[in-house]
Amino acid sequence: MSAANSSGTSAREEILRRVREALRDVPDDEEPAAVPVPRDYLRSHASSDVVAMFAERVEDYRATVIRAAPGDVPSAIAAALARRGARRVVIPPGFPEADLPTGDHDWIRDLPPLALAVLDTADAVLTTAALGIAVTGTIVLDAGPGQGRRALTLIPDYHLCVIRADQIHDDLPGALGALDPTRPLTFISGPSATSDIELDRVEGVHGPRTLDVVIVADPQP
Amino acid sequence: MTTPADNITWLGAPTFPKAARGALADTQLRRNLRKATTTIRDKRLQATGELADWEQLRDAGAALKERTLRHLDHYLLRLEETVTAAGGTVHWARDAAEANMIVTDLVRATGAHEVVKVKSMATAEIGLNEALAQAGIHAYETDLAELIVQLGDDRPSHILVPAIHRNRAEIREIFAREMGRRGRSAPDGLTDDPRALAEAARAHLREKFLTAKVAVSGANFAIAQTGTVGIVESEGNGRMCLTLPETLITVMGIEKVLPDFSDLEVFLQLLPRSSTGERMNPYTSTWTGLTPGDGPQSFHLVLLDNGRTATLADTVGRQALACIRCSACLNVCPVYERTGGHAYGSVYPGPIGAVLTPQLLGPGTSAHTDSLPFASTLCGACYDACPVKINIPEVLVHLRAEVVEAKRDHRLLPTPEALAMAAARGVFATPRRLATAQRLGGIAGRTLGRRGVIRRLPGPAGAWSDTRDTPVPPKETFRAFWTRTRGDES
Repeated sequence: MSAANSSGTSAREEILRRVREALRDVPDDEEPAAVPVPRDYLRSHASSDVVAMFAERVEDYRATVIRAAPGDVPSAIAAALARRGARRVVIPPGFPEADLPTGDHDWIRDLPPLALAVLDTADAVLTTAALGIAVTGTIVLDAGPGQGRRALTLIPDYHLCVIRADQIHDDLPGALGALDPTRPLTFISGPSATSDIELDRVEGVHGPRTLDVVIVADPQP
Repeated sequence: MTTPADNITWLGAPTFPKAARGALADTQLRRNLRKATTTIRDKRLQATGELADWEQLRDAGAALKERTLRHLDHYLLRLEETVTAAGGTVHWARDAAEANMIVTDLVRATGAHEVVKVKSMATAEIGLNEALAQAGIHAYETDLAELIVQLGDDRPSHILVPAIHRNRAEIREIFAREMGRRGRSAPDGLTDDPRALAEAARAHLREKFLTAKVAVSGANFAIAQTGTVGIVESEGNGRMCLTLPETLITVMGIEKVLPDFSDLEVFLQLLPRSSTGERMNPYTSTWTGLTPGDGPQSFHLVLLDNGRTATLADTVGRQALACIRCSACLNVCPVYERTGGHAYGSVYPGPIGAVLTPQLLGPGTSAHTDSLPFASTLCGACYDACPVKINIPEVLVHLRAEVVEAKRDHRLLPTPEALAMAAARGVFATPRRLATAQRLGGIAGRTLGRRGVIRRLPGPAGAWSDTRDTPVPPKETFRAFWTRTRGDES
């Protein structure tokens, strides 16, 4: 309990007392799990080709999808950066060095952590992802290797994300089961957007206004 | 027991019928509302229609909320434990004044004189911005619609899109006029293109995000099992506030707790499709206490009662606490579409507001709150749209009865309704009395009526007829007709 909240303990006790009094109709011996929750909803709404569905749904939200063979990742990255005119690119710790293209790029490393003002001058950020969700066209970041702390994918105006086909889950239930809730998670579905003007969606407010997703195909067996 | 400080409704708010009359006369407002609600209704139907198991998801969502509410003490204690274990600090606030004091003290302790805010119904409900202002702390709203409301010195009129009553031209006007007074000005030659308006908001708030030391947010959910708190948003202003400042203060109604992390598989399907009609909103952030080197290094969670436990005590009205603030019920409501949100005089407008506001404050609080359960045609569209199946019409009828009861208890003389009912009992007592009353009523009705309709009934019934037309009684009653044509058979 913080010093700022000297009355905290009594507020806590009183609220809990009020809750218990309000719930007098609930039998004392009722366990939470005894309240039935029907779970007959679908575990997945995905079509059979999960990767194709992911690509289609990501594009639905005005992100650009680039399909690449495993060996072509550096050239796909180089082409995307060139198309967006991005030269100064933030690279989070743990991003695979082998995937970085050669050429006229200024890789900005977050080691030691970059000041916000520096991040604000970068053209782009290049990351991996924790996983993808096909039905909703979502990429999820968990601040793991190749993704970095959350600010890295927030301040630069262009986010280029590389995801492997085998990281794409069919739908939310499966994806949530594969995530670690103790890590800071960011679910990203398209570039930043708003529906606040006449309830019509427009892309591009505070977060990155451009999102490109490179889907790396599974290696051929 | 302390009564909740009434920041939920607006000081001096008129009763709903009175406020609605003004709103209905505003043709610009009605055009704006019709356009926005029509757009969002189509999108919602498309997004929910995509899922063949939508009804099963609604059932699961409703059941999860019921489980949580029936064991709220259990889940709150678990949440306190897990948030604390993850490095956060949990505070409890009985009412708005206590919550405001906790937040003000926490901000003061950082030495900051301004905070950035993520759109939050809970902090609107407690009037946090005004409380902070009294302590010399400026709160910057960063959600686009909240920014429009704040810059326009206006009031919110919708749960999801507080500036829904404004069209693009009005928003352009507000930005051009007000932005410069509070920070970076809108660019010269700002047009009313939504893209340009969004760009102006981005530029206006950028420096605030990069320099703010303290952020204040609400929460869409908090997971008891793990201590994970989440915000569902679109613009990235939420991510900015949750990531960049050193201190994060989250104010959350106690009913927002959910049992398990996996329960999000239900709510992250229900919420975006019901609110903005998207398969998924652009950004959802979750955090569990503190993460060294990433995001705020001080996290406070304020658990707010403010009338919720009183609502919980009503076994019929309790279901209103299941609300996930998607606003689908507003968008489908024929009353809301015509009057807009301001007529409800509350931070919670529309059908859900009509059941939540009077319950958070209690029946008999004011003529205004007592009028809210009547601000409905009971058509049931809200119930059909609700992703957690809150039976809003059922609660409305229940609250109407409570209002009538409360009125009767507080009066020396019976109400006009009670007198009318007593008179009806007398009239219906014998067939002869009924026949006489019908004959007299028919004559009176035809005298008052014009073209088959009576606009205003005489005497105390006049108030009832303010919002209703009464058909003129026919020349002959059914009973008279029966006697005339088949009387010999009886």
